[in-house]
Amino acid sequence: MKTAAYFIIGTFFGILLFKSEAASWFRIYEMFNFQSFHMYGIIGSALFVGIIGTVIIKKTGIKSLFGGPINLQPKEKGFSRYLYGGILFGLGWALAGSCPGPIYTLLGAGYAPIIIVLIGALLGTLGYGIVKDKLPH
Amino acid sequence: MEWIISPWPWYVSGPLISLVMFLLLFMGKQFGMSSNLRTLCSMVGGGKIADFFRFDWKSQRWNLVVMLGVIFGGFLGRYYMTEDPSVAISAATVGKLQGLGFKSAGTAYLPQELFGNGVFGDMGGMLLLLIGGLLIGFGARYAGGCTSGHAISGLSNLQMPSFIAVIGFFIGGLLMVHLLFPFIF
Repeated sequence: MKTAAYFIIGTFFGILLFKSEAASWFRIYEMFNFQSFHMYGIIGSALFVGIIGTVIIKKTGIKSLFGGPINLQPKEKGFSRYLYGGILFGLGWALAGSCPGPIYTLLGAGYAPIIIVLIGALLGTLGYGIVKDKLPH
Repeated sequence: MEWIISPWPWYVSGPLISLVMFLLLFMGKQFGMSSNLRTLCSMVGGGKIADFFRFDWKSQRWNLVVMLGVIFGGFLGRYYMTEDPSVAISAATVGKLQGLGFKSAGTAYLPQELFGNGVFGDMGGMLLLLIGGLLIGFGARYAGGCTSGHAISGLSNLQMPSFIAVIGFFIGGLLMVHLLFPFIF
């Protein structure tokens, strides 16, 4: 049952990423050129609803569907890892025009070359795991 | 049906993205797409290479199922819910991209020059996609999350680390598009 729910949520998200054009390389390029409101509208309205909903969850102490607490862990404190990691991620996001969610979406949409981006992302993750302890965090 | 077949406007798409985040929260989980990359590395024996991959990856199976759903959703979105996948980016953006040699700007979902199957015969193009992927994978894990984990979940929860990460995403994206693209393309 739960597995089916995860699959359906994922399917919905995949459709949404494709239909909203957030998985389009062109939209990402346009966003970094500030030439359309589209991507800012998506992120902004997601945050508007997201912030209000998160406040409601915290204020009401509402539980998850299975009785456990809602998993709103604060992010670990830090600066360097977020800034440096963020910059590296942003360079890749703009070059490949996709972040991890859209990589999976485009794979399903049949754009075969996205496999190269996925292989790169897996190798990049592996590389981080190897050099992790040598990096400022 | 027209509203399904046409591109979804931002004011529908944005709130629906937060709906996905809330659905996962109500399932007792957190919204984060890049953690799957780490799980996949662990699954294929990454633990032999680095401690970072020595964790109970089976506890993350739920997120791999979400990922499989996202793949299937991409298939449905493209083949059953879209007639014309071309993305109506602004005229100014089309002009800029044509100047860089992207002739498919305004008439496709992804640039033909990078994501057409012809790229498999183009070492330079493949190298760019590989480098883009490497930066995405390395950067997301270094920053502890990507667009879903930081820009949506983290910022919704008003987390300072996520704010720093998102500023980083934009510094990186702006550097790439404005400083590096003129050299690359």
